[in-house]
Amino acid sequence: MKKFLRLPAADLIFAVISFSASFTILTLIFSTILVLYNESSLAIHKFGLLNFIFTVDWDPVKEVFGAAASLYGTLITTVLALSIAVPVSIGIAIFLTEISPHFLKTPIGIAIEMLAAIPSIIYGMWGLFTLAPIMAEYIEPALQSVFGDIPVVGKLFEGTPMGVDLLTASIILSIMITPFIASISRDSFNLTPDIVKESAYALGATKWEVIKDIVIPYSKLGVYGGIVLALGRALGETMAVAFVLGNKHQITPSLLDAAATITVTLANEFTEADTDIYLSSLFYLALILFILSFTILAVAKFFLLRAEKHYQR
Amino acid sequence: MRKFLTAMIASGFLLVKSFAGDVINGAGATFPYPVYAAWAYQYYKETGIRINYQSIGSGGGVRQIKNRTVDFGASDAPLPPEKLEKYKLYQYPAIIGGVVLVVNIPGIKAGQLKLDGDTVCGIYLGNIKYWDSEKIKAINPSLKLPHKEIKVIHRSDGSGTTAIFTNYLSQVCEDWKNKVGAGKAVKWPVGIGGKGNEGVANYVKRLKYSIGYVEFAYAKQNRLRYTLLKNSAGNFVEPNFDTFSAAGATADFNPDKHFYLWMVNAPGKNAWPIAGASFILLAREKVENNKKVNRFFDWAFKKGDETAKRLVYVPLPEELKSKIRNYWKKHGISP
Amino acid sequence: MDLKTKRKIKGNIALLLSTFAAFMGLFWLVFIIFDVLRHGITALNLELFLEDPAPPGVPGGGLRNAFVGQFLITSVATIIGVPLGILGGTFIAEYARGTVFAKVISILSDIMVSVPSIVVGTFIYALLVKPFGHFSGWAGAAALAFIMVPVVLRTTEDMLKLVPWTLREAAFALGASYFRVIKDVVYRAAATGILTGVILAIARIAGETAPLLFTSFNNSYFTTNMNEPIASLTVTIFNYAMGPYEDWHEKAWAAAFIITVVILIVTVTSRMIIHWRYKS
Repeated sequence: MKKFLRLPAADLIFAVISFSASFTILTLIFSTILVLYNESSLAIHKFGLLNFIFTVDWDPVKEVFGAAASLYGTLITTVLALSIAVPVSIGIAIFLTEISPHFLKTPIGIAIEMLAAIPSIIYGMWGLFTLAPIMAEYIEPALQSVFGDIPVVGKLFEGTPMGVDLLTASIILSIMITPFIASISRDSFNLTPDIVKESAYALGATKWEVIKDIVIPYSKLGVYGGIVLALGRALGETMAVAFVLGNKHQITPSLLDAAATITVTLANEFTEADTDIYLSSLFYLALILFILSFTILAVAKFFLLRAEKHYQR
Repeated sequence: MRKFLTAMIASGFLLVKSFAGDVINGAGATFPYPVYAAWAYQYYKETGIRINYQSIGSGGGVRQIKNRTVDFGASDAPLPPEKLEKYKLYQYPAIIGGVVLVVNIPGIKAGQLKLDGDTVCGIYLGNIKYWDSEKIKAINPSLKLPHKEIKVIHRSDGSGTTAIFTNYLSQVCEDWKNKVGAGKAVKWPVGIGGKGNEGVANYVKRLKYSIGYVEFAYAKQNRLRYTLLKNSAGNFVEPNFDTFSAAGATADFNPDKHFYLWMVNAPGKNAWPIAGASFILLAREKVENNKKVNRFFDWAFKKGDETAKRLVYVPLPEELKSKIRNYWKKHGISP
Repeated sequence: MDLKTKRKIKGNIALLLSTFAAFMGLFWLVFIIFDVLRHGITALNLELFLEDPAPPGVPGGGLRNAFVGQFLITSVATIIGVPLGILGGTFIAEYARGTVFAKVISILSDIMVSVPSIVVGTFIYALLVKPFGHFSGWAGAAALAFIMVPVVLRTTEDMLKLVPWTLREAAFALGASYFRVIKDVVYRAAATGILTGVILAIARIAGETAPLLFTSFNNSYFTTNMNEPIASLTVTIFNYAMGPYEDWHEKAWAAAFIITVVILIVTVTSRMIIHWRYKS
């Protein structure tokens, strides 16, 4: 503080202005939480916390609202998207770092980053007009005929394949988050010191064994960070999912069924909620989502920071 | 750099000032959107006043006008007088239309499939699962129906069209009344939700073997295949101007109750069973605004009938229009 | 089969799968872009830019109001968000370098970059729409600015930190105050990086839909009045794609095509500039 007071006038003014600018980050975060809490207070007082989270009903007529269905959809789409995206992204990262000839590295790297730059509404539109019909006509019936009769797994593929369901939404989400995991993993893989890899080769390891036993364990903190970051992104994704999810508040075991996520519920119902408790419940959902994604992104950041420290040794 | 920044900021202020032509903002029901938009387009050409109507569903219309974030709200589900008192709103009907069932069954053309209250109820409750079920076959003996699962489509948003539809179902079907009930948004037993009449029409268009309910203009404009319905007199009728008018003919709108009325299951041998009016909601205290809104609807009452008919909406009968003009006069909101 | 061959085969299968994954990623990209191109290019015509929307069911008309609205909202958001972001990034990279405050702001900014944009929409609705009684272009711009600030702050911080400290020391040695050092030496050195960071941030918010849904809302008419609801390209794509009318779908594809092409070109060019300038 004393350091600042000794600065010449121009410096002091500039320092204060730029300090205030940097302070906006804190202001934004705190005011968001405050405003959201304020708006949800009606719903919080009526439904409480645990009750709201575990109630499946979302009934505007009877004015009973619960987050369970939206949370379920959010959870399933995110988990499913990750399970598809993680192996694919790591594969992409492995390809880019260890397999690809040098001249291909930049173009393919740029191509992957272009996937990240495409606005989510484009994904949504493409999903509705192109992917959903393909899913409904070919892929989902195929999945049903292969898995439909197996006792437990069959439940996952019950119902009429409409193409507008959890499965399609998860696939689109997985395409969207792949670039995040892929580029962070690629960057982490690249930070493995050559000398460690060379020692492994010298001991007779195959290329794959070097990747599996040296590179991946070395970079695992960075990769975790990338995965959790993608998780945080997937949680908050609205437009890509809104077109193809079917907007139905239910908890269903079948992936071929419509569902709802917090983001899609907000997008569909926010301008239409006609009672105060309805709107307040929507704000409550927004608050829960904000805190949830903030926490997860903080965990991601934690991993990434640890990875940085680890690499700088 | 500095000059560039100042230029940008200056032009920013200029942009706010220019082009501030008169705009009236409305929001609400998707049911009348095609006709309101067509009227607004003509009104703009004639007067230069823009009626910016956003179709976000009747629930949204009610919400927005309650919060006074728009100049008028539109809802197919009329608010009862107590609610109008509570939220300090005026209400009057602007147009009459019909809700139709639309299907997407390869080989079945518009107006071929017959349905009645029982079958529609069964489909939407999830009891009737296949297109070739006994009950459907019974009333369509000559049609070749496929053994395919029925994909049910309903609304995902707060909808007056839903309110009209579920009101109809509650009246013709005890089961529905007890299990689900009527309202702008209900707990649908089966099906996926589309946003707005537009969303439902979109889904029915692209999903084979689906069924949905939409306002007739949407079925017509998108060449969806509507069904015939059995009305309260026991006849299977087609959705068209005459059957909608027949339903409207027996409607008794009472200005003292702010025109609160449901038109479903109207009596009459030629009446369409799922007809309804769409209502305009105004904030009581915004007198000047209300006059401007009513000027538009007064214009529509005088000059918009042809356009409405073209889109297969039923313009309000002359006596009703007079009742509405008197209502305006009584509350001091005449244009 | 001896162990060595087994290991080799296992390895090759794994590597093959990885290559397959990479090409799958490429496949999706090409598929999506090709699809957008295919659908969008047929609906592309001059009318799209010069005319306003026709009522539903009436063919013709264009998206002039949406293009102009998108431009206005993005510009205002940039005017608000960029200075805040650059100044904030400057503070934590310069005056507060190494302090706990800088670290906290940096970490929190990173988190805010990925926060759900629809939540931002609800926040701005509660703050700038409900109390004022109407939707507005200003609210939409504010929502986008909210998203922009952390993005610009972080890229500015990164770019400033890349400037070697010795450069500053040389200027200090000549007797300049910190403010002069930043203004004349550091900014100049980091200019390309900061500018590309700003451009990337603009590309990012230009594609956002969710935060505009309940802030700038929508307007079927052409207007430049930011005090009213105003049309935007992204929300229009959302409404048109969800609707049943064929010509709405065509227009949505055309708009999607334009947005995608512009954003992709801008993003790739910016990243290439950074790569060329800073990583060789």
